[in-house]
Amino acid sequence: MNWQHLIKQLPYSKPFLFVDKLIHVSEEGVEGEYTFPEDSFFYQGHFKNYPVTPGVILTECCAQIGVVSLGLFLLGKEQELESKSSFKIGMSSSEMEFLTPVLPGEKVKVVSRKRYFRFHKLKCEVKMYNSDNQIVCRGQIAGMLKVDSNG
Amino acid sequence: MDEHTKYDKLIKIIKTYLPEDVSVNDIELNSHFINDLNINSANLVDIVLDVEDEFDIMLENEDMEKMQTVEDAIQIINTKLA
Repeated sequence: MNWQHLIKQLPYSKPFLFVDKLIHVSEEGVEGEYTFPEDSFFYQGHFKNYPVTPGVILTECCAQIGVVSLGLFLLGKEQELESKSSFKIGMSSSEMEFLTPVLPGEKVKVVSRKRYFRFHKLKCEVKMYNSDNQIVCRGQIAGMLKVDSNG
Repeated sequence: MDEHTKYDKLIKIIKTYLPEDVSVNDIELNSHFINDLNINSANLVDIVLDVEDEFDIMLENEDMEKMQTVEDAIQIINTKLA
């Protein structure tokens, strides 16, 4: 199945969209990919003369794939989402460990397992892998999400 | 389970989610979770989930909406346990 329609519903755009492709999406979790373009804006300053993907950006990528994409899918199961529906989304907590640096141009895969989605709060265990299948980072991210019915 | 035990168990759960500027001694029956205890809505969900585990009950969306104060929580727990 192609999940491009889900990516289109994400409330992000360049230069802050960190999802290229969703590979698997189910009620239990999600898997997706992103390639960090070499000309991404943050490499200009992180670090001086030594570009490495910032941890906050890796966390954001995990959140967009692992929590928000999954959340949109779960919300869509509960109610019909229209293209004009607007979402209220906020990250409420993140606890991450970073193990391997991601250099410009690298492709990563995010695997997320739902811990719970209740009372608008979605909490997930996320893991990011590089193309050598090494763990880049792992942790737990939670967010509050709901459809704004007036949208 | 007597009222005292229920209250103590609830306070123990709430304590975990209190921000640094609120002490456990500030908790009163009529304390509003969000306005008085500065607990955010994401942590309020965690309190509800812990309450469910501790008391072996299940809360619905309507219960969550009604649960504004510590007293509301006690009442909901009582209704579910009845």
